[in-house]
Amino acid sequence: MKLVFEKSVKGRRGLRIAKSDVPTSINLNPDLLRDKDAELPELSELDVVRHFTELSRRNFGVDTNFYPLGSCTMKYNPKVCERIASYPGFAHLHPLLPQLRSGGMLTQGALEVVYEMDMLLREICGMSAFTMQPMAGAHGELCGIMMMAAYHQDKGNKKSIVLAPDSAHGTNPASAAIAGYTVKTVPSDENGLMSIEALKEMLNDDVAGLMLTCPNTLGLFNPHVKEICDLVHSVDGLAYYDGANLNAIVGKVCPGDLGFDIVHVNLHKTFATPHGGGGPGAGPVGVVDKLVDYLPISTVIKREDGTLALDYNKSKSIGYIAPFYGNFGILLRAYVYILMAGKEGLQRVAENAVLNANYIKEKLKPYYDIEHGQVCKHECVFSATRQAKHGVHALDIAKGLIDAGYHPPTMYFPMIVKEALMIEPTECESRETIDAFIGAMITIAKKAETNPDELKAAPVTTPVGRLDETKAARELNIASL
Amino acid sequence: MPFISNTDAQRVQMLAEIGLTAEDLFADVPPELRCRGLNLPEGMGEQEVRNRLAGIAAKNYIHLTLFLGGGFYDHFIPSAVYAMLSRSEFYTAYTPYQPETSQGTLQAIYEFQSMMCRLTDMEASNASMYDGGTALYEAMMMALRITKRNKVIIDDSVNPIYRVMIQSYTRNLKIDLEETTNHEGLANRDAILKALDEDTAAVMVQNPNFFGCIDDFTDIAAAAHKKGALLIVSCYPMSLGILKTPGAMGADIVTGEGQSLGLPMSFGGPYLGFMATRKQYVRNLPGRIVGETTDVNGDRGFVLTLQTREQHIRRDKATSNICSNEALCALAATIYLSLLGKEGLKETAQLCADKASYAYQRLTAIPGVKPHFPAKWVFNEMVLDLPCDATEAIGKLIEKGYAAGFPLSRYYKGMDNSILIAVTEKRTKQQIGMLAEELEAIL
Repeated sequence: MKLVFEKSVKGRRGLRIAKSDVPTSINLNPDLLRDKDAELPELSELDVVRHFTELSRRNFGVDTNFYPLGSCTMKYNPKVCERIASYPGFAHLHPLLPQLRSGGMLTQGALEVVYEMDMLLREICGMSAFTMQPMAGAHGELCGIMMMAAYHQDKGNKKSIVLAPDSAHGTNPASAAIAGYTVKTVPSDENGLMSIEALKEMLNDDVAGLMLTCPNTLGLFNPHVKEICDLVHSVDGLAYYDGANLNAIVGKVCPGDLGFDIVHVNLHKTFATPHGGGGPGAGPVGVVDKLVDYLPISTVIKREDGTLALDYNKSKSIGYIAPFYGNFGILLRAYVYILMAGKEGLQRVAENAVLNANYIKEKLKPYYDIEHGQVCKHECVFSATRQAKHGVHALDIAKGLIDAGYHPPTMYFPMIVKEALMIEPTECESRETIDAFIGAMITIAKKAETNPDELKAAPVTTPVGRLDETKAARELNIASL
Repeated sequence: MPFISNTDAQRVQMLAEIGLTAEDLFADVPPELRCRGLNLPEGMGEQEVRNRLAGIAAKNYIHLTLFLGGGFYDHFIPSAVYAMLSRSEFYTAYTPYQPETSQGTLQAIYEFQSMMCRLTDMEASNASMYDGGTALYEAMMMALRITKRNKVIIDDSVNPIYRVMIQSYTRNLKIDLEETTNHEGLANRDAILKALDEDTAAVMVQNPNFFGCIDDFTDIAAAAHKKGALLIVSCYPMSLGILKTPGAMGADIVTGEGQSLGLPMSFGGPYLGFMATRKQYVRNLPGRIVGETTDVNGDRGFVLTLQTREQHIRRDKATSNICSNEALCALAATIYLSLLGKEGLKETAQLCADKASYAYQRLTAIPGVKPHFPAKWVFNEMVLDLPCDATEAIGKLIEKGYAAGFPLSRYYKGMDNSILIAVTEKRTKQQIGMLAEELEAIL
């Protein structure tokens, strides 16, 4: 398919710019102007619409295909959330308006959304207060670790280490490192859970905190999680809950009850905001009482007369981490979703996500190896070791699934599982869809023995075949100039 | 809930087939760790939730005529942008880990990267960052990595919102952040040159700057390079339709807020940070990067590339902790720039400048209203001094239906009477005239 630039025809226009009603009086100093035009394409509106429609058709999305990409939680995105986010009352709202008249009286509706989200997330997560500012899960992690650092600094604690298990998402160690900490990895035990023995050995006064995903990236809930948090507290460390997998336990378990001090929530995973091809996300962070003072500026508070205001007056705060109030459009979608789900609906989310994952796990067990076969939560991690003996690797299985019409599971993660295939069906999918997927996985398992070459040649049904990633990195072409 | 497909009967059947009960599914959670029941409202239907949110939206003052900018602008958005963005093949997809099923997202990002390079006159761009502020912070971190130095100079004509964000992010890091005070509305050459030394990793400036003034940093780039430091320029992409590019000035890293390229203001987000650089620094870029390659048949295709810089591979040694980008916002910008095209962007930028120039003439003709800085070139935003407190004047103009601008006293000492006024192509001559009349009437 041609690039948008390659479709350009000199003189073609895609938008008639509004006629000027003012004199073109301005004669900017020519030294301050660009000497040649930016080479943007010249296209008609139809050209542009065809181009991007054609591009969209070269994508799998949740609306077109089952998308069991483990750990990414590709659930259905309700259309009403998109519609409400485009209401002019929200979409056309300038972020500096609250600063024009004392206390945000011009934006009471928007502040209500932020305030109510704070209240809902407090209840769902068992935390004392939330910030809505983080613009993604990883950004929430950084915000959480910055609060951890501020807390220790305030107490005069000299701590330099953050712990994370070997099954953690890469963002955990990366976030802690960027906040200035040294990261140490806690190994997993034979059950796929973080080793408590190893943790005990690694805990000392230098440990600022532990980052933990629960259930973990193998989809396993650690029944000793409370004990783990207590251990971290025993050295005055803080327990950080990576909410990437909150969707597995939402409404059933409160992270606050488990002993966590800081929680981030990836709104797209638990509260169905769109993934957008890789963002925008939102990663609100909640904290317990002793950390509330460190939350970023600003927060929304309720005045005595019931109106809402932005609180900028926070002397211990870590400061501004986002320009305004977070990715408001995303918060709004999640707010609508929570209102629609209600108490009961949220519990159903967890129950159905877990049922669907266990159903897949049990049905595929005879065909694929699984190291940790116990009851899982929202996802299960198989290992393609059996197929690898025939030369068919996790990658080939993934590509075979594409030809069968499915987006592949996550491959080669978590890193502690060989040939990992991480399947997360989400609560949304029907039994019919899941049965068909299981059928495709079984067919592929058989093909691995009888016709491995077909899998190694897959996919053949997509606009492009397997791509040369080495060439992409070696001959680096990242822009058409 | 309508977003869950399976019926109760199906659930019972599925459990029976795998030999488990509903209780078994959560048996690994010790009873004492289970929720005692959340205090949340009952779920709502679509009709109820739409009514409720329409009521909440109605509490926001969107009828005000906006002369408010500060880095975030009320530009016109063509219908085709939203129509294309609503293709759910785009917005219900994830990060393109499987390139064969994601060529749409990947090619669109490649085109975005290309457009950002063409706009800024740089050679390499990433797939986007959260916003203009985090992009500037990441650029600073990148410069520290490249130069292995410790000191950064930032002029206070850079958006104060970005500067306070950078202060937060660097609080725990041993970085020497030196802020210079603008000279008559432009980056302070004397102070910057004085501060530049062998420890300096980067000089950070903005164009047009927070006051709307247009600058040319060619001299600062040369001075920085002489000391082995980099020049980082934060810019307003709309202005690049006509203004001299950061690339032509000698910038090493260019960042900015892409909200002006087809994104609604949406009360502060989601927005679009962008970041472009020179080819030799590409391996130090944070975030996703899409590259061109070929498939097994030799046909062109696109993949995520240079992933060994990133957190999912390098973990604590990664160039950044960023995982997502703002892919959908980058797509909006790509569609917007495709629609406007070469001539349309130039014309829109010119229109902004013309209207701002008209507003400048109208407003400074009011007795007592004066430009704060001596005659300087402005793009679409200007600082005017009123004969009274700016916050008070703004408050009175709200009553008349105008968000007349931003009071600068919030961020700059001694500027109590100064107002920052933005004009986009959406403002009409009549609206500008009415603002001038109303302003004159309240003074």
